[in-house]
Amino acid sequence: MSTSDVTRQGVRGARPARDALTGSARARPDAPRRDGRAPEGGFRSYYGRPVLNRIPWAARDIAGYLFLGGLAGSSSVLAAGAELSGRPALARTMKATALGAITGSVAALVNDLGRPARFVNMLRVCKPTSPMSVGSWLLAGYGPLAGAAAATELTGRFRRPGTAATVGAALLGPAVAAYTAPLICDTAVPAWHEGYREMPFVFTGSGAAAAAGVGLLGSPPAENGPARRAAVFGAALETAALARMRRRTAAVADTHRGGRAGVLLRAAEALTATGALGAAVLGRHRWAARVSGAALVAGSACTRFGIFYAGIASAEDPRYTVVPQRERVRERAAAGLA
Amino acid sequence: MTANDPAPGGPADPAGAAGHPDHPPRVGFFTDTSVCIGCKACEVACKEWNAIPEDGLNFAATSYDNSGGLGADTWRHVAFIEQRRPLGRQHTGVARDGAGPAGEAAAVDLGMPSFERPGDGAGADGRGEFRWLMSSDVCKHCTEAACLDVCPTGALFRTEYGTVVVQEDICNGCGYCVPACPYGVIDKREDDGRVWKCTMCYDRLGAGQQPACAQACPTDSIQFGELDELRERAARRVTDLQLAGVDSARLYGEDPGDGVGGAGAFFLLLDDPEVYGLPPDPVVTTRDLPAMWRHAGTAAAVLLAGLAATFLGRRR
Ligand code: SF4
Ligand code: SF4
Repeated sequence: MSTSDVTRQGVRGARPARDALTGSARARPDAPRRDGRAPEGGFRSYYGRPVLNRIPWAARDIAGYLFLGGLAGSSSVLAAGAELSGRPALARTMKATALGAITGSVAALVNDLGRPARFVNMLRVCKPTSPMSVGSWLLAGYGPLAGAAAATELTGRFRRPGTAATVGAALLGPAVAAYTAPLICDTAVPAWHEGYREMPFVFTGSGAAAAAGVGLLGSPPAENGPARRAAVFGAALETAALARMRRRTAAVADTHRGGRAGVLLRAAEALTATGALGAAVLGRHRWAARVSGAALVAGSACTRFGIFYAGIASAEDPRYTVVPQRERVRERAAAGLA
Repeated sequence: MTANDPAPGGPADPAGAAGHPDHPPRVGFFTDTSVCIGCKACEVACKEWNAIPEDGLNFAATSYDNSGGLGADTWRHVAFIEQRRPLGRQHTGVARDGAGPAGEAAAVDLGMPSFERPGDGAGADGRGEFRWLMSSDVCKHCTEAACLDVCPTGALFRTEYGTVVVQEDICNGCGYCVPACPYGVIDKREDDGRVWKCTMCYDRLGAGQQPACAQACPTDSIQFGELDELRERAARRVTDLQLAGVDSARLYGEDPGDGVGGAGAFFLLLDDPEVYGLPPDPVVTTRDLPAMWRHAGTAAAVLLAGLAATFLGRRR
C-alpha cells in the first residue's frame, strides 16, 4: 500500500527513499550493530548478547555469604586476642558474633542451592580445584570450633577446652575470611577473575573492618582499643587493595563506577572511611564508638554487595569478555610476526 | 585430588587422566559452519532425544534466531548473522574430501528444489554484497573444563569418551559451574534447580550411535567422530576453502595449545568468533587457581598478623 498522495504541490507523505542496507537497522544508536561490526566501543559481538550465561546467584545469599564469612573469620581472631589479653567483654561479643555470622552464612549458602536437600553432597569429594569444595571443608572445621568457643563462653562451662576452641577458630578464621576471594575469582566473570590478586586483600580488609565495627558496638571503651586499631587496619587494607585492583583492570574500574555496584561502592567508601576515622579519633567515647562501629559494618556489607553486582554487570556486557581477549589475540599475532 | 581432576596444562588424554584406563578413543564434534543452512534440525533433534523442556517460544527479533544462546534448555543453538559483505565466493561447491580447490563440479547436494545455485544466473556481480552466517553452537567438552574443575560435588565428570557430563542425581544446584564456563554453555534450570548441558548424547555413544544432532544435520555441518581424525579433516577443509578464495575461513577451538587445552567440539568459522557469540580467546579460569590460593594465603596471614598486632603494646 502506498502512503503517499500526489497533490498539486507534488508528492506528499512519501517515505524517504528506502535504503535497507544490511546491518543498518538499529533500534537505538547505541545498540550493537546487527552484523556484529564494531563501530562504537571497538568490539564485535552477537547482537550485543553476553558471552557468559547469567550468574544464577541471588545477591542476598551470595553477597551476604561473602560478608558474613569475612565477619565471622575476623571476629574469631579478635575473640582470641581479647580472651588472651584479658578483655572479657570484647571476647564475649566477638565469639557470639563469629557463631552468629557463620551460622547465617551457611544458611545463606544452603538457601542459594537449587537443591538444598543435597547440601551434604558438598562433602562427597574434596577437590582443591574447587574453592567451593575447599570452603565447605573449611567451614566443616571452623564452624564447630566457633560454636564451641561461643557456647563455652556463654554458658561459662568447660573453660579450658573453650579457650582451645577459641584459639583454633582464630587460626582457621583468616582462611574462612580469605577463601571467599578465590571462590568468586575462580570463574570466567571478568570483574571478579581479573581482580584475583587483590580480591583476597579486599575481602580480609573488609572482614577486619566489619569485625572491628561489631567490637566497637559491643564492648566498653575500656576494652575497645584493639577494635579501634583493627578498624583502621581493615579500612586501610581494603581501600588500598581496591584502588590497586581498579588501576590494574578496566573491567573492574568500569563496573565499580557505574550502576548499582557504583552506588554501593561509593557508599562503602564513605562509610568505611568515616567509621575508621571516627574509631581512631573518637573511639574512646561510647556513642562515637557505636556510630563508627555501625558505619564500619554497613561499609563492609556495601563493599561485598558492590563487588557482587560489579561481577554481574561485567558478565552481562560482552565488552568485558571480548575486548581483553581480542587484545590478547592481537598481541600474540604481533609477537608472532615480529 | 579426585580421579576427575585433569592434570594441569591440559592432558593429551583427558579420559585416561580422569582414571579410565582402557577407554575408547576421544570423540568430538567438528561443526563446519560454511555448509550450515540454519535449518535447526540439530536443535530439534537434540530436544527430542534428550527430552528437553520447551525454552520459550520466542522470536529474538534480531534474526531468524529464536533460542538466543545456549542454556539449560538449549543444548544446540543456531546463530544467524546477516552481513553486508561480499560473498567472497562463499558457496558450498567445494568438495569436502580431497577434490581440492577446483571442486566446482562436486557441489554438495543440499536436496533443495533448485537447479542452480543461488546467484549463479546473475554472475558474480549480481550476487549482492551480503551474506548469511549460520552456526550451530554446542558445549565444547573442553580438555581443561572449568565447569568440571569447580564443581564441589563431583556431579560433573569426565566420561570414558573424554566428554564432560553432569550427573543429575548428584548436582546440588550450587550453580558454581555456570559463571565458571568461559563460553556461557552450562546453565541452571529455574524450576528444577539443577544444571543441564549437552552430554554429547552419552547414552547414544554407549549404544554405538552418533549424537542426535549430528545424525539429523542434513548438510553434514555437524560431524561427529574421533577427535584426532576430525582435526585432520578440519585442517584439510579449511585449506580447501582458503584456496577456493574464502579467506575468512578459520578454525576455532581445534588447537590443543589454546586456553582450554583444545575443545572436544570445535568449529570452522567464517568470521571472528565474537560475531557468533563465542569468546575470542577463552582461558580456563582454574589455570590461575594456584596463584589465587597463594594470594589468598598471603591475605589470610596478613589478616592474622594485622589483627594480632592490634593487641600489642601498652594498654590504652
Ligand atoms: S564449554 Fe563450558 S560447559 Fe562445556 S565443558 Fe567447557 S567449561 Fe564445561
Ligand atoms: S551446580 Fe551441580 S554440576 Fe554445577 S558445580 Fe554445582 S553441583 Fe556441580
